[in-house]
Amino acid sequence: MNKLISSFVYIGEGKVFVNKRLIFYQEKIVTFAEFIKALYRQEQVSYPKFHKMDSLSKLGFMAAELLLKSSNRGRYQADSLAIVLANSSSSLDTDMIYQESIRDRLVYFPSPSVFVYTLANIVIGEICIRHGFKGENAFLVSEKFDSGQLMDHVSEVFDMHRAEACIFGWVEILGSQFKAMMALVEYENAVLAENHGFRPVPFSQAAINDLMNVN
Amino acid sequence: MDELIDKLKKEVIAQLNLEDISVDDINPDAPLFGEGLGLDSIDALELIVLLEKNYGIKIEDPKDGKKIFYSIRTMAEYITAHQTKG
Amino acid sequence: MVDRARMKQIYAVSDNIISSLGFSSQENVDALISGETGIRIHDEDRLYNQPLPLSMVSTGELETRFRAVLDIRKKDKPADFFTRLEKMLILSVNDALNCVDLKLNDPQMIFILSTTKGNIDLLEERFKGRFDHKRVYLWATARVLKDFFGFTNPPLIVSNACVSGVLAIITASRLLRSGKYSTAIVTGGDIISEFVISGFRSFQALSPSACKPFDQKRNGLSLGEGCGTLILTSSLHYSARQTVNVMGGSVTNDANHISGPSRTGLELSMAMDKALLESGLETGSIDYISAHGTATVFNDEMESKAINLSHLEEVPVNSYKGYWGHTLGAAGIIESVALVASMKRNILFRSAGYDEEGVPEKINVIRETVSSPVDRCMKTASGFGGCNTALVFQKT
Repeated sequence: MNKLISSFVYIGEGKVFVNKRLIFYQEKIVTFAEFIKALYRQEQVSYPKFHKMDSLSKLGFMAAELLLKSSNRGRYQADSLAIVLANSSSSLDTDMIYQESIRDRLVYFPSPSVFVYTLANIVIGEICIRHGFKGENAFLVSEKFDSGQLMDHVSEVFDMHRAEACIFGWVEILGSQFKAMMALVEYENAVLAENHGFRPVPFSQAAINDLMNVN
Repeated sequence: MDELIDKLKKEVIAQLNLEDISVDDINPDAPLFGEGLGLDSIDALELIVLLEKNYGIKIEDPKDGKKIFYSIRTMAEYITAHQTKG
Repeated sequence: MVDRARMKQIYAVSDNIISSLGFSSQENVDALISGETGIRIHDEDRLYNQPLPLSMVSTGELETRFRAVLDIRKKDKPADFFTRLEKMLILSVNDALNCVDLKLNDPQMIFILSTTKGNIDLLEERFKGRFDHKRVYLWATARVLKDFFGFTNPPLIVSNACVSGVLAIITASRLLRSGKYSTAIVTGGDIISEFVISGFRSFQALSPSACKPFDQKRNGLSLGEGCGTLILTSSLHYSARQTVNVMGGSVTNDANHISGPSRTGLELSMAMDKALLESGLETGSIDYISAHGTATVFNDEMESKAINLSHLEEVPVNSYKGYWGHTLGAAGIIESVALVASMKRNILFRSAGYDEEGVPEKINVIRETVSSPVDRCMKTASGFGGCNTALVFQKT
């Protein structure tokens, strides 16, 4: 059966798009922390753990929050929704913060709550906890966004009924540079004809590339 | 003791990233774990770091943590009895 | 039910381990047979301000062997162009390649790298200016390997905490089974660093002595470093070899906590059940489980529950962490290589560090190394972020 990309989120260049609609825009230059907090408040999310997350997890968490608000994922069992994310710098943003905390032996207070985020797949963990996802999951790294690798991995996850639907995307942040794209792929019989004005598209490498070019 | 309790509340809020909680929201005698602030195992480890960083107190056995970190007041009492700096 | 007859066979045709116990699979397995552990007390201030049990690769040997490989392969880059991790990875892949006849630039071949922190030591002050700042990126490490060996395809990099190694093998087997590639070189590696030691220390997760998986007195893990390589192929050219097949695997998430394991073991059990289902095997047919067994109180407890939930409590089980320590991104691969050796030699290796039953649900921990038929086994791993993996192997 055919698979369709039924909804997607793009966060980059100070803007946030859900299914191609601009839903958030920071006009003045702000830090990532300010940007993501403003987005969190605009969307009226109530999840105290958010504030403990590192930048990568906050970025991925909000992308997933927006993606799933606009989707029909309640129909899926906990273990049939997969999640495959990738980026270029892994957890380097937090790694550097952590390294700084151990640089000086005289002021040496390694923080477990920072260290735990020095693994890029924790962003997947946070999303799974929030939404109760227990299925297939994987974090990949590549120098640049690689639609082919994502396509391959997502296709394998659908094979042999491992998953009924899959969230895939790119969640990248290093300092003030950040970008995220997250999309939901479902079998066509599960998808509504139109999703808040967005026409689902067949899952293909070209379609995946288009998702990164929405701005 | 009240001054220390107030200071401690602010430090705990900062160390544990309790963004939406204010000093007035924390009852110094209420349990920190379980209900209340909903702290977890990582928070318990962070409180150990807080004690060392701000008060020079090293907790060697994490199992002691349960008693020490029961509430803000028990933390304050422990600090008063053991602190070596701050 | 899965139609196994129509599915491609995925053969494990060559392998290598680089660790405190040696620089080849043979050396490492010999050490397992003689019950040797690679965990020693190390007192290196650069790593930690107190002596600590660690499983470390011999630097002297690493340098000597690496230079020899540079010579043999007539490489123009000097040895100090490469980082410690890259040297280990290159040696590991090189050794594994020696047992097979592969065209390194084969477009049908994929190189998969599994690592949690890669060249994380490059963030330290002492390496300032020594290497290009981009070398700390995991893809840069993979690129070094790709360039060294002349692989054609862009490498695939899996970085998923302690399940990275098993996940990399699962991913490889899926890509081969679907025909996307016909051969996969799956390599995993991680080094011991101040970064990682201090982090686990802050979690109170390190044992002051060599770790004791599943034991009553267990009190934390012992860190290790090393590399493992497993070469997988669907090419029928290898079908006549007496080897081991990768049957099926599964990945799940606890959806519970980012660092603490599930208290029920349900999701690891789900991964084990699904791996068996995909492999077309019944629970009763599994001869041996190579568990994750990090020796933390909660991990081992969780695994004992998962094993029971999946009705595998009678199956002989061990953890290799008592021999190699926890090698993080290398663990899944090093331990799978040991599992393959177990199968080829029909040996069940003692679970090093185990003396007394110490988990809430009864499991069958291997107390002594014995000869025993080992035809079908399972490898499991769990990690930070709540991930769980299970992988099934069968003798051809």
